[in-house]
Amino acid sequence: MPKSSQLNSNAATLRTLEGLHVGESARIVALNVEADLSKRFSALGLRPGNWVRVLRSASLGGPMHLRIGTTELILRRHEARSIALAP
Amino acid sequence: MKRVALLGMPNTGKSTLFNRLTGAHAKVGNWPGLTVELLSAKLLVGDQMVQLVDLPGIYDMHGFSDDEKVVTTFLTTQTTDLLVVLLNTSQLDRQLNFVHEVMQQDIPVLLVMNMVDEAQKLGIHVDAKGLAEQLGVPVCLLSAKYGQGMEQLLPAMRQVLTTPSSSHASTLDASHVEKAFGQCISVPSQASHALTDSLDRVLLHPWFGLPIFFAVMLLVFQGVFAIGKPLQDATAWLLTEGRTVLLEPLMATWPTVVQGLLLDGLYNGLSTVASFVPLIVLFFVFMGIVEDTGYLSRAAYLMDALMSRFGLDGRSFVMLLMGFGCNVPALMGTRVIRSKGLRYLTMLVIPFSLCSARMQVFVFFIAALFTATQAPWVLLSLYVMSLLMAMLTSVLFKNRYVNNDAFILEMPPYRFPTLRQIVLRGWQEVRHFLHRASRFIVIGVLLVWVLTNFPIGVSAGSIDSWAGQMGQFMAPVLSPLGISAELTIALIFGFVAKEIVIGSLAVIYGQEGQMLVDTITNHINWMQAYSFMLFVLIYTPCVSTIATIRNETKSLWFTSLSVVWPLCVAWCVSFIFYETATYFVRA
Repeated sequence: MPKSSQLNSNAATLRTLEGLHVGESARIVALNVEADLSKRFSALGLRPGNWVRVLRSASLGGPMHLRIGTTELILRRHEARSIALAP
Repeated sequence: MKRVALLGMPNTGKSTLFNRLTGAHAKVGNWPGLTVELLSAKLLVGDQMVQLVDLPGIYDMHGFSDDEKVVTTFLTTQTTDLLVVLLNTSQLDRQLNFVHEVMQQDIPVLLVMNMVDEAQKLGIHVDAKGLAEQLGVPVCLLSAKYGQGMEQLLPAMRQVLTTPSSSHASTLDASHVEKAFGQCISVPSQASHALTDSLDRVLLHPWFGLPIFFAVMLLVFQGVFAIGKPLQDATAWLLTEGRTVLLEPLMATWPTVVQGLLLDGLYNGLSTVASFVPLIVLFFVFMGIVEDTGYLSRAAYLMDALMSRFGLDGRSFVMLLMGFGCNVPALMGTRVIRSKGLRYLTMLVIPFSLCSARMQVFVFFIAALFTATQAPWVLLSLYVMSLLMAMLTSVLFKNRYVNNDAFILEMPPYRFPTLRQIVLRGWQEVRHFLHRASRFIVIGVLLVWVLTNFPIGVSAGSIDSWAGQMGQFMAPVLSPLGISAELTIALIFGFVAKEIVIGSLAVIYGQEGQMLVDTITNHINWMQAYSFMLFVLIYTPCVSTIATIRNETKSLWFTSLSVVWPLCVAWCVSFIFYETATYFVRA
């Protein structure tokens, strides 16, 4: 769990998957993407209510390696930015 | 005949189950209203023959991707008597919505919970009977890969096919489906694959991941040659013996023209091509093993940051790697990319992948003109060149074909390929080769023989023959590259398929095996050979590739671009290399 000190009151509402550190977990609250992509995210486990954990991050700004339940995914940071997490 | 369709999300093991059920007898076929070909096979279920169709893997039934449209069009235009729905048992939570969507179709459903071996390792427990009762559809728990539980599948299919019923659309709502799964499946709170976790810690390491990946690929190529080259030499020797011991005495009394056509044309051409089959099968088997272990998704993870700078993504890189086997399936594999821009850009660079057919040309020329210690480095330089050309093209065209797709990819756990999978893949490659041989190679080598031996009276392959005249005609364009008239003819035929290049040289020089190698060594120097190899590497891979690009894009403009652009690049690169090399050697 991230320490609350890392988040100021303004950023707390804007916390996204992109900002989640390696080894941390958080609950997804919203997907800010188009309907079609939202369906695909859900089908791969990325949907509101689920807990997501960052296993590792590729160097040079490469994708994030995530785990949701028993499913593992890789996702670019750009897309991770549109996934909102619970504070 | 009743029709059964296999449906499931990507990576649920559909093709493994399809292969398990049908052996290697599947046929690729066209369907009315569909733009893509689907695999299908006949299957005996109880006492009736049914047609089993493998549908593309999709994430939901109401999506707009090409694959999803293929599935919905198929299900609305073709009467389907049973939908066999595949699920990955260890990742059920995210597939429930899909199950609900499928059950609302007016088609009988059979749920197959696959990969039960992995689920058991994770400690996941499934009450199949309870689930079947609650959902009102039959449920089979099995592992298509290891065959565990397969014996229930055919009887379950038979049961559904022989039970008449008026309506099949389920009235259960989504929450009922979720509840049923929740009650019948128990997942331990901490479930992960221990071996995968520790392997990934090393193989996906931020610093060592990429070097390890390149070392693995190098090892694969080295392995193919260490085992394949002696096999190839043995096959070539056997085929030469076959000619001198069997065919020549047999045909001794036949007319000279027939002898020439059959022995110097067909047999020399075909046997030169055939001697490479062990090498190519081995290559596919090795690539197949890498693919089956799940390492390719890791390659996508490792390479994505780099590829994004070229306007591509990790999947494009995996497709490029697949193209090292054969460009055609790699081009079709780009269907998973939803952004048209990214898909077109990937299709534009795939033909630069040094496919196995081109590899055989290079292996032949390298063996003829370079020493054994130089050989692996020369081949490596061509692989590097192949990637460089792909990247150059990508950079030049990335603003025209812009990527606007999200990059999200499943990471399967590491898996051990089974011997069965490996053998099946090898066999499919042999079949694929025989198929190509019957279509292009036979016609190609016969045509080369006719062109090099007519008009009547000319000495074979001389300047006066039709082929010689063609070579003469092209000389102003190709002689600055150091490409001789004989090689020009091989290049022209290589446009059809690269397998013909060496076969046609055998026909042009009227020799095969070691004799052919010696002749080539005497006729051209290493700079001419390398220039020729660069040209073969870069220009159009084959007619099948062009046809596939045309099929996938339906765009004449894009197809023309994918022919003309590589041709221009090939000429420039060979020209620069040959002129520079000869300048320095002279100096």
